Amino acid sequence: MIILTMYIAIFAGAYFIVSFFQRGKESKGFNALKTVTFGDESAVTPNRAAAFISVITIFLIWGAFTDSKLVPLHVTGPFVGDTSFTYTAKNAAGDTADGNVSIRVHKIGDKPDKPEVEATDSFVQNDSILVGAWRSKLINVKRNDEGYKEDGYQIVAIDGKPIKAGESVEVEDGKVALTEKKSLNFTPTKGLQLEPIWMPAPEAVVSRFIEIARDGYQNFGLWEHLGWSLIRVIVGFLLGALVGIPLGYAMGLSGWFRGWFDPIVEFMRPVPPLALIPLVIIWFGIWETGKIVLLFLASLWIMTIAARAGVSGINIAKVHAAYSLGASKRQLMWHVMVPNSLPEIFTGARVAMGVCWGTVVAAELVAAQKGAGMMIIAASKFQLTDIVLMGIIMIGIIGYGIDILMRKTERWLVPWKGKH
Amino acid sequence: MSDLTIENLSMRFDLPDGTHVQALQDINLEIKTGEIMSVLGPSGCGKTTLLNIVAGFLAPTEGRVILNNEEVHGPASDRGMVFQQGALFEWMSVSENIAFGPRMKNIQAARSKEIVDHLLETVGLHDFGEKAVYELSGGMQQRVALARCLANEPEVILMDEPLGALDALTREKMQGLVLKLWKETGKTIILITHSVEEALLLGERLLVMAPRPGRIHKEYQLPFAENGVDQDLREVKKSDGFGETREEILSMIWEMEEEIMGRTEAGA
Repeated sequence: MIILTMYIAIFAGAYFIVSFFQRGKESKGFNALKTVTFGDESAVTPNRAAAFISVITIFLIWGAFTDSKLVPLHVTGPFVGDTSFTYTAKNAAGDTADGNVSIRVHKIGDKPDKPEVEATDSFVQNDSILVGAWRSKLINVKRNDEGYKEDGYQIVAIDGKPIKAGESVEVEDGKVALTEKKSLNFTPTKGLQLEPIWMPAPEAVVSRFIEIARDGYQNFGLWEHLGWSLIRVIVGFLLGALVGIPLGYAMGLSGWFRGWFDPIVEFMRPVPPLALIPLVIIWFGIWETGKIVLLFLASLWIMTIAARAGVSGINIAKVHAAYSLGASKRQLMWHVMVPNSLPEIFTGARVAMGVCWGTVVAAELVAAQKGAGMMIIAASKFQLTDIVLMGIIMIGIIGYGIDILMRKTERWLVPWKGKH
Repeated sequence: MSDLTIENLSMRFDLPDGTHVQALQDINLEIKTGEIMSVLGPSGCGKTTLLNIVAGFLAPTEGRVILNNEEVHGPASDRGMVFQQGALFEWMSVSENIAFGPRMKNIQAARSKEIVDHLLETVGLHDFGEKAVYELSGGMQQRVALARCLANEPEVILMDEPLGALDALTREKMQGLVLKLWKETGKTIILITHSVEEALLLGERLLVMAPRPGRIHKEYQLPFAENGVDQDLREVKKSDGFGETREEILSMIWEMEEEIMGRTEAGA
């Protein structure tokens, strides 16, 4: 909630600040002369400042809530240091006395000494404990008190505030609760920052990336993990395209093929590939064959439909023209139908590659020895959140990279797309 | 070279609801080699159907088309076709588009290049051979379509509103080009158009068709195409008889349109 509020505040604040500074130097060019811009999609260009601030904001918030060294501002962290509270106990005789509990809250992983305590002359003795930040600790304060085994002994107040079993009292730097067994449970103030096992700092993710890129993870290098995922995608996609494109052509050219395969394709198209994982595992096992079959099925229908659309979308004038120019059926196929369907096939290929990439990660989550998905699911079992985050970022970058690569290839191979 | 004969041609489309449309009824035509004939008529009079039958894209329900003493079955390279638009191959350059016909016939590359270069010159596109067709304007694209058709040396050129999508100025220039090509190549040309003026300018023979059933309503023999070969087309339009014929045909087509409207309203 706090994070969302902050994010919205930065979004709105940045808008007002940027538009204040950009006022007067409005963008030049044709768009500046348009009076109707609200509703004219072509007049909407992404604001560069907004894109820049957007990315910075994510890292700022991430850093601010994770005590990052890279970010100057932080939200309050968990309490670390020495603190204390007093408790008041009553013995069987009805006398009361105070005892002091010295607490040293340390960072997780540090091993400081317990604070020293002085002896008292009453029946209540002072105590000392160590607590890790974000943790809490039971303190058996009565253990060293005189006569605590007698029936009348009880703890009646913390820092002068009365307390009963099951209740808790706010003290300086934390909270003290009295358990049913007359122990005290101290929880130091947590602050707003997130513990690294929930959300590691950006630099922790980066150093984890460097470490795994160098040493590997679970017997395989980082590039092996990512490379294997990529190879599965490429092999699965190529097989799907190899079968799907000719099938799509056949469906676009022959009534028998269309009638035969239409029900199959139309039925399989809306089935998400993830739903096929159990069946594919039963039939083909959890190793490479199963994954390739799954990716083949994921891309097959997309490529079939793309090729079919490419064939049926042809302007009949082109077909007539080719025949009038003396083309045979074979020549028509090769010189007209195939090139004409390329734009559709490329659109399909981009979609299929995206779906395959998502499917391979999911399939690796289920079972794999190597792969991007296996890496993050293995890390999550050990609460290695930094590896999980790093894996997700790598998966995102590769997915984005695949799409950019496909677009570049498309522009190079099908320059006429969208132009007539 | 031989004449194109259309004998007792009828075309009937059966509709799914059991009725039928008589798109063409008993068309008889004799088109001499080297003749340029324009076809006019209100929409639905079957002129495009007639052209598609001659091209071989449709088989008639009755009658036949004879070219070179042989009956026409299916499309072939002896009958070239120029479409209104969208028939060029975007994945090929201008030159490759023009060379498509020769390439399909496995004509040698050197010979094919000669043909292409000559035609680029003829249609006024000699600097545009390597351009992609989608980079050209509509008028230039139609020049490519004409050149592509001519590269195949067809005996008959069929034009289905080839200039219909062009702006008025470009259209006028292209009309001049069509006349020039007709005279230079001596091809038989059948041209379908919606513009009465264009039909007058480009047809030494002009056919007005009537709808329901599609039939030949009236035929003209006109001097304007011959005159237009070496005269400014705007001068031709001012010449004797042009205006009168135009008005006559226009009112003829208007009457037909009104009759269709009346019939539709009566039926409704």
